[in-house]
Amino acid sequence: MTATPDGLLLVLAVLVPFLGMLFGLVLGGRHAERVAQLTLVLGLGVALATAGAQQRSGNPLVYLLGGWAPPLGIALRADGLSVVMMLAVAVIIFGIGVYAHGDYSTAPGAPEARAPFTFWLLLLAVWGSLNLVFVGGDLFTLYVALELLTFAAVPLVCLDGRGETLRAALRYLLFALSGSVLYLLGAVLLYGAYGTLDITLLAGHLRPEPLAWTAAALMTVGLLAKTALFPLHIWLPPAHAGAPAAASAVLSALVIKGSWFLVVRVWFDVMPNVVTLPAAQLLAGMGATAIVAGSVVALRQERLKLLVAYSTIAQIGYLFLMFPLAFDAGGGGLVHGAALTGGLLQALSHATAKAGMFMAAGLVYAAVGHDRIVDLAGVARAMPVTVLAFGVSGLALMGVVPSGAYLAKKLLLDAAADSGQWWWTVVLQVGAAFTAGYVVLVLVHVLRRRPEPVPLVARVSRLGEFAALGLAVCSLALAFSALGPLPDTLITNPLAPAELGTTLLVCLGGALLAMGLARRSLFASAPGGNAARERPLRRAAVAAGVAFEQGDALVRRWPAAGIMLLTLAALFAWLLAAP
Amino acid sequence: MSVASLFGLCAAGLVGVGLYGLIVLSHPLRKIISFNVMGSGVFVLFGAVARRGAAAGFGADPVPQALLITGIVVAFSATALAVALVVRLIEATGSATLASEAPPRADLDVRRD
Repeated sequence: MTATPDGLLLVLAVLVPFLGMLFGLVLGGRHAERVAQLTLVLGLGVALATAGAQQRSGNPLVYLLGGWAPPLGIALRADGLSVVMMLAVAVIIFGIGVYAHGDYSTAPGAPEARAPFTFWLLLLAVWGSLNLVFVGGDLFTLYVALELLTFAAVPLVCLDGRGETLRAALRYLLFALSGSVLYLLGAVLLYGAYGTLDITLLAGHLRPEPLAWTAAALMTVGLLAKTALFPLHIWLPPAHAGAPAAASAVLSALVIKGSWFLVVRVWFDVMPNVVTLPAAQLLAGMGATAIVAGSVVALRQERLKLLVAYSTIAQIGYLFLMFPLAFDAGGGGLVHGAALTGGLLQALSHATAKAGMFMAAGLVYAAVGHDRIVDLAGVARAMPVTVLAFGVSGLALMGVVPSGAYLAKKLLLDAAADSGQWWWTVVLQVGAAFTAGYVVLVLVHVLRRRPEPVPLVARVSRLGEFAALGLAVCSLALAFSALGPLPDTLITNPLAPAELGTTLLVCLGGALLAMGLARRSLFASAPGGNAARERPLRRAAVAAGVAFEQGDALVRRWPAAGIMLLTLAALFAWLLAAP
Repeated sequence: MSVASLFGLCAAGLVGVGLYGLIVLSHPLRKIISFNVMGSGVFVLFGAVARRGAAAGFGADPVPQALLITGIVVAFSATALAVALVVRLIEATGSATLASEAPPRADLDVRRD
């Protein structure tokens, strides 16, 4: 294995954020924001340069640390997948940095506070760890990167120092640590059997045998615990809902993608021929359950930030639908094909849209002083740009033309049709309807008119509003930046009646779901309507919603989550072993 | 049974005990200790793997030893962060428990500054 000349860019991509963090720590106080802003610009430049270099050469960029080649040394490797994620992360962090200027800037003359200082440094730390996750070339470097990511993300949850958020942060840390120690156990087993942890070398050596199945099951389950895939999402709702808006945007849009990316790396690059279709079906089945359960519980929420947090749980399920669709029909292993591109597009569009959505929700919370959905009437009049950002993010998540989610859905539907797995088609469409459901729910409430203007507690920064809108529009326009040439038959005419009809049906389905499952009826003029007078269909829907909520509360307890961890590990190992 | 196998079995026991404690025990400090036990089990396993890879005059394969030292440092930092959070949680709420409080009442749901 030889290093490529542009490999130094990979080192820069990891070092620039961490150096920025160190400088910010040394300079201290209010200067942390300036250093962070400078680093944002520099890091974006490095990401663009890396993308350009990789596109020009067409091969992965490789850098050998210390000049020693694997198996003795460590290689940093950036293929197309890594480069796209690095670029997307750089853009999103730039957007979040612009937005956070409103919340976390220290005016000249004002006393320095701990929260802004910590936020800027942790933002850079998350960025550096993510870059290391994307370019790490062997499983142990990836373990270190994953731990760095967790350590940087946990304090972001409890930035405001309340007891509730400290508890959420501790829960997150403990569950994430149990996930990473399972991952490390898998990596140790792999080293014991094959003598190397480098990804390309390991891919050559791996054979389907009990040890490989055990290691794969342990690593996968550990990473799923960190990605909060249902039913291992014990930590996510309080953590993401309790964190301040900019921090929630970082946590939901980016940190989750780190461990998801590792699942993709392990499945597609380390073990493409060891993983079996039944195991991939289990993974996607968990994803489908996440979509349904997360969306239903999201529709039942009273607070906006909790709704967005549960919608994150649902969208994480989407990220795992591509695994059974990526199997090569002939060879029987995972290939880097259209399904992987679809999954990647789904991840990118979710990251941008979710960041926009959390930022908009944070702006509403800051302006109105609370985030109770039913009391948000009149907000659309008072803050049109913010509501527009929320709406556009919702549209982008639903998969309306020309968003990235639309293209991703097309790619996945194509792959499902090719491989004959029709049930994922149903899951994809139903998932889009559920997404439409909670977007409709929020929009109906904020667009409601109020006789007197809604009392605003604080003014929100224009810059923040437009940052949220900018990221939402990025997600909506993601299909224009198609990754590589698309097959001609993929998108015939996006405005054809059939396509529009599907979109309309999805929105209608979503509206029906929102009407049925929302806690407070959408058409009630006064809060607290008489429950006994509601129609039986609505009562049945509400009962179903309550059942889902109680099921979710049950799963989100430590003993249940622990048993789920072990059961899933055993299930994965068993399904991997099936011939 | 060779030395490496004995250490391997010990490692398996430690991982099992640690995982049990992490899941079942409710106090966060006990969970942290269980995580450390489990991590120690993984590192002992790494050491057994290193011992099995002894060759060319070395007593053990040096690469896993380097990796496990890094792992110990990572686990140590994780423990430090977790303990700091527990201390801060006790300062803020007076008790260290991971169970959620009762859901907040709607009229208290106002942003504090």
